[in-house]
Amino acid sequence: MKPFSKSWILDWLGGLGRIGILVEEAFGSLFRRTVEWRDFFYQLYFVGVKSQSVVLVTGAFTGMVLCAQTFFQFHKVKMDTATLAVVSVSMCSELGPVLTGLMVAGRVGAAFAAEIGTMRVTEQIDALRTLATHPVDYLVMPRLLAGFIALPLLTAESITVGILAGYGVGVYLLGIDPAYCWSNMIHFTHDVDVCIGLIKAFIYGGLVALIGCYKGMTCGEGAEGVGRATTEAVVYSSIAILITNFFLTLFLTQLFKP
Amino acid sequence: MIEVRDLKKNFGTQKVLDGVNLRIESGESVVIIGRSGGGKSVLLKQLIGLNKPDSGEVLIDGQDIVPMNERQLLEVRRKFGMLFQGAALFDSMTVAQNVAFPLRRDRSLTAKDIAGKVAEALDVVELPGTENKKPSELSGGMKKRVGLARAIIYEPQIVLYDEPTTGLDPVVSDSIDKLIIRVRDHLKVTSVVVTHDMRSARRVGQRILYLLDKKIYVSGTPEEIFASTDPKVRKFIDGVADPKEHHTF
Repeated sequence: MKPFSKSWILDWLGGLGRIGILVEEAFGSLFRRTVEWRDFFYQLYFVGVKSQSVVLVTGAFTGMVLCAQTFFQFHKVKMDTATLAVVSVSMCSELGPVLTGLMVAGRVGAAFAAEIGTMRVTEQIDALRTLATHPVDYLVMPRLLAGFIALPLLTAESITVGILAGYGVGVYLLGIDPAYCWSNMIHFTHDVDVCIGLIKAFIYGGLVALIGCYKGMTCGEGAEGVGRATTEAVVYSSIAILITNFFLTLFLTQLFKP
Repeated sequence: MIEVRDLKKNFGTQKVLDGVNLRIESGESVVIIGRSGGGKSVLLKQLIGLNKPDSGEVLIDGQDIVPMNERQLLEVRRKFGMLFQGAALFDSMTVAQNVAFPLRRDRSLTAKDIAGKVAEALDVVELPGTENKKPSELSGGMKKRVGLARAIIYEPQIVLYDEPTTGLDPVVSDSIDKLIIRVRDHLKVTSVVVTHDMRSARRVGQRILYLLDKKIYVSGTPEEIFASTDPKVRKFIDGVADPKEHHTF
């Protein structure tokens, strides 16, 4: 084996080990009840409330374009009234959680990595440690919990707005019959689709927060280190969401629709 | 009491500390001097467990902190206060929130008690009335004072100072030195100061340790060190560069 590939594998395994330790510390902090709750509520506001505009715009326009594109294809085979059913199922189980996760990764994952990374290079994390405060309790756990809670809520919003926007485009712009369109959507969309979407969102919330915090906590020295950590947080979170989505789709579908 | 035995630390292939031994008694004021990049700050961080050594022992009141995990170290660190080189104030917080930070978990204190303690700590560092300022509104010297107020508000037994006068003008440096002496005498704390500012070392140290070639080369009172005829010590005190170092520019 070449030395380069050997060191790459060792670095990769080392990184996985460090993430594992961070997760263990984070959940230990939850059970020890040493989480900083005030900071948790602030992070919930930052992740949840402050991400609304970007998530709502993404959800609405995704629903609209999906509706238009589906209509153009279905219209050829006279299945116009099934358009909103496709929009609804896609938004619930795939597009809602994935696109919300990606948008939050860009906004929140980057912010976590930059903020914690800057604290690291300016010795603020060392200062926390000297003040008898565990950085995982103070910095990681509030963000992780906020990610877990905020993302399913944002996803639910995104799904709702996407379906309503798709309905608006389908009915008022493309002329689909509203009663059949709505009835087909209700008929083909099951509780399980919504459940799968929200479970995915819960997991993506944790992934985005964990990768953002991890990249910040382990960032290199100086402005370059912070810049690289921020970029990597967004790239790795996005890739993690896309890869995890495939396996979650297979697993959750098997679980809920055997 | 702080005792370090045969401490070794490498960063990759670079040896930084190679067999450091030292002992600091309670209430003593010790200054560690040495070249920039010579491992002084690394040594200071080992004393509070911010870095782990590759081998050796660090005993705080007889307890070896090297094998401890981060959670166990948090308990030991309650004995310490530390002033960082860049002050390391939390930039999202005001001065008052920074200084009150160590007290936030103490449920026996009311908001009024905490405000009183913050005002008292800011008085000690001669910065009254700055509670609502942000760190970005403060000068370098003021930041260090706030950092010191934060480090002493919970009355630690040991205060560590990492380059407290670096980057400050001589007048502000003098005021920081006086503050270090005042904190030492007022709170009866053990002080460990890392610096390469010889004026500051002479003023605040009861004993000076010279870190050279990854070890403590010499230890003595400021008078002994400044009167030393050892060429290596004299070179550092007089600030004479090695002729070889000129050629590197």
